[in-house]
Amino acid sequence: MQPSIIRAQRVEKYYAQPSENRIQVISPTDLSIPAGEIIALLGPSGSGKSTLMRMLTGLSKPSAGEVFWHEKPIASANVNVSIVFQSFALFPWLTVLENVEAPLQARGMNAAERRKRSLHILDTVGLDGFELAYPKELSGGMRQRVGFARALVVEPEVLFMDEPFSALDVLTAENLRSELLELWQKKTIPTQAIFLVTHNIEEAVLLADRIIVLGRNPGHVRTDFKVSIAHPRDRKAAAFTQLVDYIYKVLTQPDAQPPALPQSSTGKRVRDQRLMHYQMLPHARPGGIAGLLELLLDHNGKDDIYKLADDLAFEVDDLLPIVDAAQLLGFLTVTEGDASITPTGAEFANSEILRQKELFRNAAVEHVLLLRQIVRAIEAKSDRTVSEEFFHDMLDEQFSEEETLRQLETAINWGRYAELFDFDASRRRFFQSEEIPPELENSAEIDA
Amino acid sequence: MIDLRNSFATMRPGETLARSQALRRTWPFVLDLVVAVIGLAFFYGIVRIGHYWFGHPVPAIEISLSPRALPLYAFYSVVRISLAYFLSLAFAIGYGYLAAYNKRLEALMLAALDILQSIPVLSFLPGVMLAMVALFPTRQIGVELGAILLIFTGAVWNMAFSFYSSLRSIPKELREATEIYSFSRVQRLLQLELPYAAIGLIWNSIMSVAGAWFFLMACEMFVLGPRDFRLPGLGSYLQTAASVGNGHAILWALTTMVMIIVLTDQLIWRPVIAWSDRFKFEQVEGKARVRSPLLHLVQNSRMMKHLGGGVAARLEERHYHAVALRRETRLSGAGIVRTSTSHPASFILRISLGLLLLIGVLTLAGHALTLLRHVRPDQLLNILKGAAATFLRVNVALLLASAWTIPVGVAIGFQPRLARIAQPLAQIAASVPATALFPVLLLALIRYGGGMGIGSIALMLLGTQWYILFNVIAGAMAIPNDLKEVATLFHFTRWQRWRTVILPGIFPFLITGLVTASGGAWNASIIAEYFPLKNQILQTTGLGNQISVATAAGEFQILLLATIVMALMVVTINRLVWRPLFRLAETRYRL
Repeated sequence: MQPSIIRAQRVEKYYAQPSENRIQVISPTDLSIPAGEIIALLGPSGSGKSTLMRMLTGLSKPSAGEVFWHEKPIASANVNVSIVFQSFALFPWLTVLENVEAPLQARGMNAAERRKRSLHILDTVGLDGFELAYPKELSGGMRQRVGFARALVVEPEVLFMDEPFSALDVLTAENLRSELLELWQKKTIPTQAIFLVTHNIEEAVLLADRIIVLGRNPGHVRTDFKVSIAHPRDRKAAAFTQLVDYIYKVLTQPDAQPPALPQSSTGKRVRDQRLMHYQMLPHARPGGIAGLLELLLDHNGKDDIYKLADDLAFEVDDLLPIVDAAQLLGFLTVTEGDASITPTGAEFANSEILRQKELFRNAAVEHVLLLRQIVRAIEAKSDRTVSEEFFHDMLDEQFSEEETLRQLETAINWGRYAELFDFDASRRRFFQSEEIPPELENSAEIDA
Repeated sequence: MIDLRNSFATMRPGETLARSQALRRTWPFVLDLVVAVIGLAFFYGIVRIGHYWFGHPVPAIEISLSPRALPLYAFYSVVRISLAYFLSLAFAIGYGYLAAYNKRLEALMLAALDILQSIPVLSFLPGVMLAMVALFPTRQIGVELGAILLIFTGAVWNMAFSFYSSLRSIPKELREATEIYSFSRVQRLLQLELPYAAIGLIWNSIMSVAGAWFFLMACEMFVLGPRDFRLPGLGSYLQTAASVGNGHAILWALTTMVMIIVLTDQLIWRPVIAWSDRFKFEQVEGKARVRSPLLHLVQNSRMMKHLGGGVAARLEERHYHAVALRRETRLSGAGIVRTSTSHPASFILRISLGLLLLIGVLTLAGHALTLLRHVRPDQLLNILKGAAATFLRVNVALLLASAWTIPVGVAIGFQPRLARIAQPLAQIAASVPATALFPVLLLALIRYGGGMGIGSIALMLLGTQWYILFNVIAGAMAIPNDLKEVATLFHFTRWQRWRTVILPGIFPFLITGLVTASGGAWNASIIAEYFPLKNQILQTTGLGNQISVATAAGEFQILLLATIVMALMVVTINRLVWRPLFRLAETRYRL
């Protein structure tokens, strides 16, 4: 086996909570980056792709475990890596040339040498003639070329890319991808390995020699396999679509078995989110769910999720939460990457708005614990209002602060749509009432 | 003059033209108390020092009223402002940097920032002047330093807060880029932090310098009973001219004042704003931008390039080289991992130093509190009465200011043609510090039989209405045309229009203006309620009056108590009234 450039050994990331629990973001993971490979890291949002990548670069310290650079601990090694960022992360006040020169400046290279190397790399990525432009004068694609030039100018051993093409339009992204592949295959750049973080399945299959798929809650490696399709890869080829379909299946399959629960040295109990009280609400809007079900009905009630995504020109990150939500509410079932609509789902899709709300309401109360609890709490109170803080504190036990807020936002969104309750955003309270309570009208008066 | 529309357009959302508010409190109440105790100790120290000096007579300086003396006086004033400004800038950058990067100090420093930027600085004027004169036996230097110190205290906090919040809002990926390419601290400061913070710092500098003129005028013309702290400068010139009723001299001085401000704007701020355009953190190129021929000249002059560019670049190169070398030797040093075991000795030293500091602060604060025991009940009653009077006065001034600025501001904001004429005029009017006009105003009032009661409100109004006006104009301009069209389309009545479109639309801006105006009005009360003119002392009931009278009479316990009461009132009003309104504006009325 090839010796690895970077090797992660049982790295994990968690955030300590004031209470007994801690929030596990990534469970102990082994991973290595050998020379000569393009590795793609795929996963739905919330699976900790970026966090894992940042630990591999040495930007972020793992909570436990260790990352090695040529078998030396990464903190004390002279690491030579670069990152191409999703947002480009260029300094808008520096010219293209100055942006590319900045990393060399940090290495103490003299001005003449610096200029020579920067001009050369700008030429390589096709930015000849743009040296003195400012990033804001360039188009998105050109800006990302500057991002590539800055990353490549230090001749990194490993080039990390954090969703580098997702802020670009489809054509520009395609163009940049093939150019990158050409640089890599012709060995124009001395880079030894490329590590690509993406949520675009086709992109991963198009570029990578090896694909790692992450699952979430907490982030863990679901599968790690080689891609042996020869370049140039054809999106329409059977081998290609089969692989894409396979990855969709992996991503939509409920986990068969959770990975071994980590044992922490501090003796604190680590809870696995799947075994916990509240299910994680997928962040989908009721309108989106209805739209998906209607589309599915048009496709005779059953279709490949991959095809659905293709039809909608959606990426996994956009579609999966909607599929998850519909599944949670019992509107559809997913088997082997195929989504099929349930009778309730079909009725929901066919109904007019008021009936839809009613069906949604019944499904929500039946399947979503948090909504059920909110409704019960309101009904138990004589004034028919409950503070958001109460639920915030309960969710906080289980989710990170950010996720707790998102969970509440989704719950409020669903509850309002289902007319289960309403929410007063200025006082942060749930309430239930036929008409607007008088004190609310007063406060509106004063505010205006 | 600065074109307001451009000015507002170039600001990042969340930045205001006025005092920034720390919206989300992350620090516990205890920290506020800690800050209060430190402040108390500090102020007591100042008063104690002042004590020693008290009783020495001060020879009054002669102020010449000849117009020929004016350039020199103006020069003195400008030098004072410049010194104080650069001091503030350096301090603000240091303070902001420390607060942003030192996790342990951050909360305390923010609490201090929040309190310090809301206390009326001028309430320290009498105490600080006494103390500085005591510290420096040559009286001129003492008063000079006192003035600079006061201007500094008034100007620094908003800049520090702006730098701090800029540092905290730097996008994560830019930070990571500097980290992955191992930028040194200096490189990070030069290529990321300073450029990112530049625009906020520049706008806050403009605010601070405008405020500095207000304080400087007050300092330069400061006279306390028989004691004369005046400094040769524009302020004292104006005051003397008003005292003897020399109309020509007053006119000369005011013209000089306006000229200086217009020149500062044209020769300094405008080029700087035009230059700062490159620091805008935007994805696409904006349309409207400030232009400055002067900047063009400077940028294209070869001499400047050689002078500045060459030297700075060489220094920078040397630094990067040194840093890179150091890193190499550290990493190649046989792979030694630096362990951060702290020395027990240094630990003990640090603890004992901290304890010493704590004891010092507590003792001083304790002394301050014992001093307060000497306050008689009737004096306390007077202070409370004064507080109530000043509170009323401030609110009347705010109401009066709002009453005319809201309709006028909205009218200007809605009509671009009117704005083009009115804005430059309003800006010139606003740029003359209210304190400079005060002696003139009082002179007129005395002639027509008005008293200090009207005079003090008039001063507050003069000093604060502009903040409200400019913010209302900006707010009215920010209301989207669609909303206005909806109002027209559905034939909203005038009242409905104001209630549903205009008032909610300008609300966040109005609040910003009012907060700043309220701070300014409290500040003004110190000189607005006690002013010597023409061999007599004009005064009226109020907290500011209490402070000045107490200082003149050497009653330090009253000076201390009145200052505490004023600081407490302002901070409390900020917490209870302005902050919730601000939050409401941020959440519900944000467009």
